[in-house]
Amino acid sequence: MGGKLREGFRWHYLVLLAPLLLLWVPSYNRSEPSLFGLPFFYWYQMTWVVVTALLTAIVFFIDKALARGAKR
Amino acid sequence: MKIDPIAVTIFVTLFALVTVLGFVAAGWRRGDLTQLHEWGLGGRRFGTIVSWFLLGGDLYTAYTFVAVPALVFGAGAMGFFAMPYTVLVWPILFVVFPRLWSVCHKHGYVTAADFVRARYGSRGLALAVAVTGIVATMPYIALQLIGIEVVIAALGLNMALHIGGVTVDLPLLAAFAILAAYTYSSGLRAPAMIAVVKDLLIYGTVFAVMIIVPAKLGGFGAIFAAAGKAKLLLPTPPAGSFGSYSAYASLALGSAAALLLYPHSVTGILSASSRDVIRRNAIVMPTYSLALGLIALMGLMALAAGVKTMPQYAEGFKAFGPNFAIPALILQTFPSWLVGVAFAAIGIGALVPAAIMSIASANLFTRNIYREFLRPNCSPAEESQVAKIVSLAVKAGGLIFIILLPQTYAIVLQLLGGVWISQTLPAVILGLYLPGLRPSALLLGWAAGIGAGSWMVAQSSFTSAIYTLHLFGTAMPCYAAVAALALNLALAVGLSVVLHSIAKRPLRDATAAADYG
Repeated sequence: MGGKLREGFRWHYLVLLAPLLLLWVPSYNRSEPSLFGLPFFYWYQMTWVVVTALLTAIVFFIDKALARGAKR
Repeated sequence: MKIDPIAVTIFVTLFALVTVLGFVAAGWRRGDLTQLHEWGLGGRRFGTIVSWFLLGGDLYTAYTFVAVPALVFGAGAMGFFAMPYTVLVWPILFVVFPRLWSVCHKHGYVTAADFVRARYGSRGLALAVAVTGIVATMPYIALQLIGIEVVIAALGLNMALHIGGVTVDLPLLAAFAILAAYTYSSGLRAPAMIAVVKDLLIYGTVFAVMIIVPAKLGGFGAIFAAAGKAKLLLPTPPAGSFGSYSAYASLALGSAAALLLYPHSVTGILSASSRDVIRRNAIVMPTYSLALGLIALMGLMALAAGVKTMPQYAEGFKAFGPNFAIPALILQTFPSWLVGVAFAAIGIGALVPAAIMSIASANLFTRNIYREFLRPNCSPAEESQVAKIVSLAVKAGGLIFIILLPQTYAIVLQLLGGVWISQTLPAVILGLYLPGLRPSALLLGWAAGIGAGSWMVAQSSFTSAIYTLHLFGTAMPCYAAVAALALNLALAVGLSVVLHSIAKRPLRDATAAADYG
């Protein structure tokens, strides 16, 4: 199955806390700068969908690389 | 509303297609359907792609397609909390749920309550988790049926039958019977297969909306301008209060914490063939979140299109309130054939989760109530048979809900359902990491959380899940689920520590650290 790490805290998982920035609502509750007519409030939050997916993918591939390293 | 023959034909054809698929699915990746894990978990054989469709079909429900844009339509920016909510939920799936999958796979657990039962050796705690799951799911199923009801009414097909003072919607009854029949015969394989059709329809519809509606309304700039400045952003909180900000953030956080605890989520997750299937899905699932964001924007488009004041939709808005906004927008802007496709997308989009929800509740009842308390020695075949029958009963319960109670009750109970299901977080999610928690402490935290959460929602006479906390002189409007969960967690962890320091007790843990992978 892979992905199993024998020991240690997986520090790289901490990047998955980044989306919690979305809980700080005042940081994005405004309309400028707008993008293609979309107010900032909307496109900023939608951008986080993509950013979070990328961060998760990175964590996944680091896990895979570490697992390969552990096997060697 | 007058009937559009083209739209109706396409709608009915697509429904017929998924009905056939639902029955054909019984033979897909053939398994012995007299085994609960085959009927109720699809034999745990779904790979990354099928799981993607299944989980997407499972978690993005009629609530997403109808209620979220309806909320944006009614309340503006506040309704967009669904966006941060679905951003936050996938990292949780990625980090936490592979552990649940591993331990359940290793020991053959079918439900979250199975796991809790084994982890803490407590039948009472497992019963609490199971009952919470079943009760929280009922109104959720009812909401799916409301979603179907809305599109049927929008098509002008609402042929009501009056039996002894009770009004029964015939097309809804037909949709319900179809759903019940193929779920009974095919189990989880049916919604898994239908989910593929559903998702293609949904993505197609969202794509069409994004092209057609802005073109008709003069571009996104015009849409946002027409929707009105007051609704576009959250109101700035008054002095001494976090106002809409804490409400928005806590709705997002609480909903994300609750979603994956629902029985239908657990069922979807456990049906995966490996933990990497779950992890890969946590990465690709956000494609649905983007669709959800665009669907939420449809609420603003409906505002800009001005459907609310158009006389031809008055009847629909009267019957369904803001939930009629999206059907009205679609009727107003789409050609007939695309109306049929879009409404079928919403209708089938409600059938898929309704099927999975009834299967998940059936699994819970059968495993954690029937076999645990009523018939401990029942055979696997009997267990599977009971689950099939219970899946019918659960759906009938949802149907009775919307026939007998005003729809506002279903929505209130759905709201409470979210508050309740999140109270199983300590036992299920903390349980994956901390074997040392005491079942009595978890049970007490659960009871306190359910009680406090229900009380907070009751303070608004069951109209709102937002309760204003007063902390150090600052008002903090907060989603009741989050406040109740904080209390629950404090009690569960705090009491466990206290009990542990008073008297050490051997753990009654049937799982081993290595089982969590």
